[in-house]
Amino acid sequence: MYGVGIFKGFTVTAMNAVRAPFTVEYPDRRVGLPGLAKASGMNPFVFVAKRPLSAIRAALGLAKIPVKVPQHSRFRGQDFTWYVERCTGCASCAKLCPLGIIKIVTGPSGRQTQEGEVYDVEVFDIDLARCMACGICVEVCPYDALHMGSGFERAQYAFPDLKITVDELKQAPKRPSTWFRPQLEEKGYDPHTGAVADWRAVGRHERPTAEQLKRSWVDERTK
Amino acid sequence: MTDGFLDNAFFRNVYCNLASSDSPRCLGGGPFGDGLLPAGLEWLAFLITAVAVVFVVVNAALLGVNVYIWGERRAVGRMQARVGPNRWGPFGLLTPIADLIKILAKEDIVPAAADRLVFMLAPIMLVVPVLLAFSVIPFGSSTWVADLNVGVLFVLAVLSIESLGPLMAAWGSQNRYAMFGGLRAVALLVSYEIPLVLSLLGVLMVAGSLSMVDIVRAQNVPFALVQPLGFLVFLIGSVAEVQRSPFDLAEAESELVAGYHTDYSGIKWGLFQAGEFLATIVSGAIIATVFLSGWRGPEFLPSHAWFFLKLAAVLFLMTWIRGTLPRLRIDQITSFAWKALLPLAAVNLAVSAVLSLLWPDPGTGELWAMATINGLIAVAALFVLGQFGPRPGERPAPAVASAGPPAAVPTAPRGQERAV
Repeated sequence: MYGVGIFKGFTVTAMNAVRAPFTVEYPDRRVGLPGLAKASGMNPFVFVAKRPLSAIRAALGLAKIPVKVPQHSRFRGQDFTWYVERCTGCASCAKLCPLGIIKIVTGPSGRQTQEGEVYDVEVFDIDLARCMACGICVEVCPYDALHMGSGFERAQYAFPDLKITVDELKQAPKRPSTWFRPQLEEKGYDPHTGAVADWRAVGRHERPTAEQLKRSWVDERTK
Repeated sequence: MTDGFLDNAFFRNVYCNLASSDSPRCLGGGPFGDGLLPAGLEWLAFLITAVAVVFVVVNAALLGVNVYIWGERRAVGRMQARVGPNRWGPFGLLTPIADLIKILAKEDIVPAAADRLVFMLAPIMLVVPVLLAFSVIPFGSSTWVADLNVGVLFVLAVLSIESLGPLMAAWGSQNRYAMFGGLRAVALLVSYEIPLVLSLLGVLMVAGSLSMVDIVRAQNVPFALVQPLGFLVFLIGSVAEVQRSPFDLAEAESELVAGYHTDYSGIKWGLFQAGEFLATIVSGAIIATVFLSGWRGPEFLPSHAWFFLKLAAVLFLMTWIRGTLPRLRIDQITSFAWKALLPLAAVNLAVSAVLSLLWPDPGTGELWAMATINGLIAVAALFVLGQFGPRPGERPAPAVASAGPPAAVPTAPRGQERAV
């Protein structure tokens, strides 16, 4: 029949119109009264009784609730997580960075550990303006001192503000992404829900004892 | 013919309180004051009232455009499984206001090669006729700007002026895309004007009047039932006349940038948008008035509410059409107008002519009889028309058969190659 396809099209759009939209609203979304009550974990009637002003705002369509985007624990965010206790200042990350945006300046610390000499990292600048989050710096870190993070809301008004400094790295919350860190993933660690990870917990193996080091470095070579 | 807007109680009060109480229009209307103006200045009172009426109607129409733009964007958004604008104000209701502020703040560019006068006049040409058409639409049982005895003719006349707007815009911009869009628009408008008018003729014969108010009063049965074919043709024709999807090929953004308003920016572009949406609202109002019995309805709602409910229903239908149907080619559109809509309108006209000879002054029962006869004829006509269309899954043969190898593409004359 002439024109049946037109009505098929009308049913398609009508079915679309009555189902929930696909849109994920970020960073917040407008909710009505039932939505706000649900977000607050209350029955709508209880909600109206307890918080009438919020209820009126919601009924007018003015209420907003924050929306978190679901993220995988392996998400490669640019909020690097760095453990100063694990870092020897070898600057592998700076050498291997394809864009050369990591700047490391080290100085003698005078501290000698069983793994060798440790340098003090005086400057550790990561220029996020050009960072493409390839993660090679994280891959090459021999001591698992540098990890990707989960954040991505780093928009700034000026390029210099995009630089991460060593102080910022030291103070940042230690929630490493599990990207390229299977030891974290095997433990079931999730940076979005899990606790802050201590530096002892994020390595791929236990810290070698003096006996193990002596065996591998001295005994093997003199054999 | 009546006094137009003075039939409305509110404006009658305004007028009669301004003019002196012995003005012939106010006699027997109720207790009015002595009048602010001295005797002999009735014309001034009339002028003041008329300006007030125009102010109210024009601003209400533009506000209606804002509300309609919001509603359409929300509805089309939901049809596409999106949310639609919801950030500005409650449920996004202030979005058109924000858009308007943005449009007003934009630079108003006139191309260097443009024909400045025509370029400036084109958006005005598109908006003013539509606003004129608002003047004869009865919004309620006693609310209208003017009750012209040639109301329908007036509407058709002023809406025909509207086809000048795209042509002027296209010519004025000196832009190839605009010219293509303008020519398509004019071809479309000229094609669809004919079935549109023909489908209205049947209604006029049944109602026996050209006045919009009288047409509403004649609708003891909505004319959409009495004249189903005419309603169908007029609905499709009005969607085409206001150049909305699927008839939006004049401003096909995938082919012509924006068609005839490619070169417009700022408030002139805003006027084009306002003109299109105003035209849609006017078309919806005409359909609601002529085919859906206008302000009439059961008593539990006031007459204005019935009118605006019907208007909203028609506008929602148009939005639904826009959200659903893809754009047609120019040859498909014109052949649909001439090969499908025109015969249907002619059938409707012929049957209505015979029926109005039978029942020159139809009552309710006779209107129902006409509705039955016309409904059967509509089904039969649509069935017969369907026999000429393609079967499902069948593609119509191409209109132009390609004979032999394609002709060589002519190269540009020397000196006119585009610099690379």
